[in-house]
Amino acid sequence: MIGLSHYLILGAILFTISVVGIFLNRKNIIILLMSIELMLLAVNINFIAFSHYLNDIAGQIFVFFILTVAAAESAIGLAIIVLIFRNTRSINVDDLNRLNG
Amino acid sequence: MPEFFASSMTILSVFIAFVLSCMTLNETLNGLVLNQTIYQWLLSGHYQFEVGFLIDNLTAMMMVVVTFVSLMVHIYTMGYMKGDPGYRRFFSYISLFTFSMLMLVMSNNFMQLFFGWEAVGLVSYLLIGFWFERPTAIYANLKAFLVNRVGDFGFILGIALILYWTGSLDYATVFKSTSIIAAHTMQLFGQPVAVVTVICILLFIGAMGKSAQVPLHVWLPDSMEGPTPISALIHAATMVTAGIFMVSRTSPLFELSDTALSFVMIIGAITALFMGLLGIIQNDIKRVIAYSTLSQLGYMTVALGASAYSVAMFHLMTHAFFKALLFLGAGSVIIGMHHDQDIQHMGNLKKYMPITWITFLIGSLALIGTPLFSGFYSKDSLIEAVKLSHISGSHFAYFSVLVGVFVTAFYSFRLYFLVFHGKEKWRLQKLAHHDDHHHGLNPKDNPHESPLSVTLPLALLAIPSLIIGYITIEPILFGSFFEKSIFLDIEAHPTMEHLSHHFHEIYHGPFGMALHSIVSLPFLFASSGVALAYYCYQVNLNLPKAIFNRTQMIYRILENKYGFDTFNEKFFAFGSRFLGERFWQIGDVKIIDGWLVNGTAKSIGKLAEKIRVIQSGYIYHYAFAMVIGVFLFLTFFIKI
Repeated sequence: MIGLSHYLILGAILFTISVVGIFLNRKNIIILLMSIELMLLAVNINFIAFSHYLNDIAGQIFVFFILTVAAAESAIGLAIIVLIFRNTRSINVDDLNRLNG
Repeated sequence: MPEFFASSMTILSVFIAFVLSCMTLNETLNGLVLNQTIYQWLLSGHYQFEVGFLIDNLTAMMMVVVTFVSLMVHIYTMGYMKGDPGYRRFFSYISLFTFSMLMLVMSNNFMQLFFGWEAVGLVSYLLIGFWFERPTAIYANLKAFLVNRVGDFGFILGIALILYWTGSLDYATVFKSTSIIAAHTMQLFGQPVAVVTVICILLFIGAMGKSAQVPLHVWLPDSMEGPTPISALIHAATMVTAGIFMVSRTSPLFELSDTALSFVMIIGAITALFMGLLGIIQNDIKRVIAYSTLSQLGYMTVALGASAYSVAMFHLMTHAFFKALLFLGAGSVIIGMHHDQDIQHMGNLKKYMPITWITFLIGSLALIGTPLFSGFYSKDSLIEAVKLSHISGSHFAYFSVLVGVFVTAFYSFRLYFLVFHGKEKWRLQKLAHHDDHHHGLNPKDNPHESPLSVTLPLALLAIPSLIIGYITIEPILFGSFFEKSIFLDIEAHPTMEHLSHHFHEIYHGPFGMALHSIVSLPFLFASSGVALAYYCYQVNLNLPKAIFNRTQMIYRILENKYGFDTFNEKFFAFGSRFLGERFWQIGDVKIIDGWLVNGTAKSIGKLAEKIRVIQSGYIYHYAFAMVIGVFLFLTFFIKI
């Protein structure tokens, strides 16, 4: 029987994978974007799981909003990445530290 | 052309002012007294600050003297300053001076008096430093300004006390409420002191600054750095007498305090005698006359102390004429000598400059008090008034003014004989070659008489120097001329009463006074002074040198001017520089700049230097920080 805890564990695993992806990835900025998306999805899974088990529809409505915002965000993020690539001819994360203090 | 415009315009204006002043004097002689406030400048609580004019005999006399001497100096300046690059500036300054001085004498309240007082001080400052490229001139004008500030500080405190006790600055109101002031005492350094004494002494401190009384006299000799017409107008005839005028104007207050009168008298006596002594050893023609001015101002102050205000004003008037004459004569000599001012280089100028010679002689004779000259009447009355005075200090003052007569005669005629008689010393080669500057007369040249614009004022000033005393002594001193302007407490200070008695009963008029004086002490002192000067500088030329060699000690004291300058330099100037340097180094540089301003910036900078490392620019560092942050928030705020 698949219970709430299984969903939560799945969400936690996905979240951890995405956080590790952000930390470990040093080569490709697109992977960063994907990790962030994954992080949001992990959160969404948590929302849906709680929504189902608590019999509260609000959590699922939240997920729609988050998906919308995430789509917009990744569109903007990709646009920024295209611009960065145009200017620096690189999407290497280690090269992109121009904003250091 | 602009030069001509500047001088003709100002001369015309001053001439009009002079004519109007004469008309005003004529009106006031007919008994007119005008006291009118024309504008309210400021209202603070129930204190009123107004602009107004008080025209009475005292004011009218000062107006005529100021505008007349100013007119003479204006005309003289055309010749004296010819070709100077500051010609127009000079004319605007002296016109401003005339305005300020007239404001000073015509005011009907203390605030306006103070305005004029400061304005003449400002013009004096500007004109002493007229040749501002000379460091000595800058030094001198700064010194004059600072010393005058000391006096003005006392003056304004005095005015403030008057305002505090009477609630008004208007002369008429203040003098009406003298009884209030007289009735009170105040605590000063833990001692009860009469308010009126404090007020009078503070006012007199102002007069000491402006009228150059010991110990605030130090600026006047140095002010000779200015052009000679200015020395004549401001630093001899008019501005420096403002203090005398002010004390005469406030006579209702001074009459109430014997202590203040004694103070005034003693300061005046010290100035009269000891500043005169300094004139003996000076070699700069202008400085000799400057010390003579100091000494004469001392005389006037002594007269104020003796409650003989009208005598002081009388001496002020005659002195204005003959001292302006002497200064302008000295200026003429300086032109003739091509701006060499050392009397050791002059001699026998009477052959080359006859008009200057004769007018200078008249001025000198008036100064030493030769009978029938104007100076005689004022000075002899003055000495007699001091003799008749009974307030404490009058014996010392009498001694001082008597010896002062001898000293005056000696230095005046030393100057006269050295400049106008004797050998033509500029012809001696070794003297002529001291020229660190380009000026001075070549040994082969002859000095020339100055142009008409210079000699005309000399002649015009010589006339009043001769006759004004004889004509005016009776109305001014013993008539009703100052009746409405000067208050006298005849019970307490009967000096003028006695003087008048002597004049009418014993002398029977001004001519009799001159006749009687021939057997009097002052005449004896004056003539012996002249005789000694003649002997020293005409007959036995080695005597002065021998005397100076014998009295090295005294000579050195005189040369150091009793050490006033050294003391001021060492104590006040060094002290304030020391204090200022400390404030600057510790207060400003260290605390404000070092700690507050730069310290804040520096510590923020250092902190930023430390924490800028965190901002690496790598996204994963930021993400890590965020995760850490979330973790911390979770652990802190979520209670299970």
